[in-house]
Amino acid sequence: MYVAVKGGERAIENAHAWLDDARRGDRDVPDLVLDQIREQLALAVDRVMAEGALYDPDLAALALKQARGDVIEAVFLIRAFRTTLPRFGTSQPVDTGAMQIIRRISATYKDAPGGQVLGPTFDYTHRLLDFGLAQTPDIAAAPEAEISTASVPHILSHLNAEGLMQREDAGGPDVPDLTRAPLEFPAERPLRLQALTRGDEGFLLSLAYSTQRGYGRNHAFVGELRIGHVRVSAFLPELGFEIEFAEIMITECESVNQFQGSKTELAQFTRGYGLVFGQSERKAISMALVDRALRARELGEDLDGAPAQDEEFVLSHCDNIQSSGFLEHIKLPHYVDFQAELELIRKLRRDAAARQAATSQAAE
Amino acid sequence: MQLTTGFASPPIDAARAFRLVLDAMAHPARIVDLPEIEAPAPCSPAAAIVLLTLVDATTPLHLAGAHDSESVRDWVRFHLGAPLVGPQDAAFALGAWDALCPLGRFPQGSADYPDRSATLIVEAAELRNDGARLTGPGIEAEAYLALPDTAALQANAAQFPRGLDFLFTSNVQLAALPRSTRIGGA
Amino acid sequence: MTDYNFAYLDEATKRMLRRAILKAVAIPGYQVPFSSREMPMPYGWGTGGVQVTAACLVPEDTLKVIDQGADDTTNAVSIRKFFARVAGVETTEATARASVIQTRHRIPETPLTEGQILVFQVPIPEPLRFLEPRETETRTMHALEDYGLMHVRLYEDIAKHGEIARAYAYPVRVEGRYIMDPSPIPKFDNPKLDNSPALQLFGAGRECRIYALPPYTRVESLDFEDYPFTASKAAGQVCAICGAEDSYLDEVITDDAGGRMFVCSDTDYCATRVAAQAEDAA
Repeated sequence: MYVAVKGGERAIENAHAWLDDARRGDRDVPDLVLDQIREQLALAVDRVMAEGALYDPDLAALALKQARGDVIEAVFLIRAFRTTLPRFGTSQPVDTGAMQIIRRISATYKDAPGGQVLGPTFDYTHRLLDFGLAQTPDIAAAPEAEISTASVPHILSHLNAEGLMQREDAGGPDVPDLTRAPLEFPAERPLRLQALTRGDEGFLLSLAYSTQRGYGRNHAFVGELRIGHVRVSAFLPELGFEIEFAEIMITECESVNQFQGSKTELAQFTRGYGLVFGQSERKAISMALVDRALRARELGEDLDGAPAQDEEFVLSHCDNIQSSGFLEHIKLPHYVDFQAELELIRKLRRDAAARQAATSQAAE
Repeated sequence: MQLTTGFASPPIDAARAFRLVLDAMAHPARIVDLPEIEAPAPCSPAAAIVLLTLVDATTPLHLAGAHDSESVRDWVRFHLGAPLVGPQDAAFALGAWDALCPLGRFPQGSADYPDRSATLIVEAAELRNDGARLTGPGIEAEAYLALPDTAALQANAAQFPRGLDFLFTSNVQLAALPRSTRIGGA
Repeated sequence: MTDYNFAYLDEATKRMLRRAILKAVAIPGYQVPFSSREMPMPYGWGTGGVQVTAACLVPEDTLKVIDQGADDTTNAVSIRKFFARVAGVETTEATARASVIQTRHRIPETPLTEGQILVFQVPIPEPLRFLEPRETETRTMHALEDYGLMHVRLYEDIAKHGEIARAYAYPVRVEGRYIMDPSPIPKFDNPKLDNSPALQLFGAGRECRIYALPPYTRVESLDFEDYPFTASKAAGQVCAICGAEDSYLDEVITDDAGGRMFVCSDTDYCATRVAAQAEDAA
């Protein structure tokens, strides 16, 4: 008798064994160690930390190895781990003005106090495959300057001083937490920014790009992009003082956008904001543009139905763990529903044929 | 400061306690027996178990009347960490019926979010399956539960889907009255 | 870290889920928002059901997990193994023996009994979602009990096809108040929702919603007086394995010449009947 093939425990175990085997690949090639991933695939590690919403380069490297380099799968592993971690408290806001900078550029000024720092960037490289890297060349150390300990003020603070930049709301102590409360609309800006910083880089990139092409256009300049290390501290009520517990690398982007002003407000510049774990300029800039686009309503701008201006659309679809999970679930069996559809289609066709027959009989 | 103990094995004890509370909520008027536990006076063991199972730092709690005692407050601080609030901000409230009334002081939920209403833990001298006739979801035909104030609870049910939900506790016993229950006469 | 908490989730998360479940039971058919967690299986693969089950399980439970009515489908196997590992509960394939049943797309044929909990995995909890994609709009419709759009849509089906062209996830009205999505069960299963002695809980992880049908709750499939609801299945077929006439049947293609057979989608129901027949014969 025919028996429907329905998976079964042994089939699953065998599939997992095959996965383990395929992950390791050719045994004559040395096994990847996590240090190599963390040090040499650092930007992939950064993306996993950013979208996984957990700052731990070693765990992100492990996730990348386990996921065979599939970044979204690695993000998923990190998120699933993160959700099991207990919470000890909330950090103080990080001071990005006190960042130890490795890269800092502004597109709106030729130079500014603190200077333009190019840092380790692909920007001015020629995208020619470097066949030398196929070997294992010795790489000389880069020339170093003295580390400046002076704090580098944000470039937009100069516009702020002149009153040309819209002031940001400092926000209260009760910041909503996307990971602890279900998303609710309308969503305030702190909640939107939380969703965007964890959001899929590709999705935000496309949305940001769409605003540049006219779907919710808001004329963005990169006021400042800075990458570097900041200290993270927490206030411990038991001790009565603040302690520093980590130093993390982040990328921050402030966009400068035109605002025409309104009846009650003078014309001034407004800001879109992007802040991302690790070194991820594309993501930070995309986030800043989308953040600014989502402010269209509060700024009283024309809403032309652009996707990037629609917070329910953006926030409901930016998370790649939600979207990839739901997208891929359609490969799970659906034969019960399909059977119901099959019966329905057959019945509709039978009924239609019967009606047709009746009509043509009546016509004769 | 004398602090009574909480759950001996929180994950397992809380799981078992929740199933009993769920059973009660899914079967209005059904009286379930919760395990014995040391509770801070004048709190009943059943009420203490409900608090340990459902309340924490994210759920504002209102202590009413005699239950707003030093020993209960200390116990709440130590075991739950729940913010103690006035009735208008409460997600949960604990007290005797008279101390909790009037009911209108508590969040009743909104038409958009009827779930955002308070759950009241009402301490009673005893729980009895007589008095008001109850029908509705969770009740096969009809059930009976002695209620402290039928008219007030009928008014609460009339607001459905808005309204408060009640957990009546007495010593180690518990019975539930969700807003969905229709309260007939005797 | 090598060991996970009982039933995987931390206690604070379980408390949050438990509070949401109690509110869901208190407001039958209303979707309670909850702050869904990332689980070790993907969104869309039962994370809502898994979180609800995790919040309900006690060590004494006997758990059954089905997908498409079958205990041996891959996702059912995976979820069953997960709970056997993180909660140490006994598992079973027998509907009658289970105290908690997690399901995707079916309600077991064997009638459920008092004390059992049936946990549904739900992909899209909002029954109005396909009429109106915006949460802000559908929430208002539920608040105002404004279900005209749904009735219009169903009536359009009748005008076009002569009947309501919905084969699964057929919407229901709960206690005459909320319109509810019963999850993508075939409409054949809808009557089992009504007045069930078991507690039915629905978890939608990605969409962050939990809803419930307490035992003995009135659940009506939407219809019109002149076009009453019918619980349909494969017309004129019986199960090729156990001969059942009353169960939901899967169509199985047996060769490339148009050959096919029909078998019970509920594997436990089918196997139990076959075992009983063998006993009778002996």
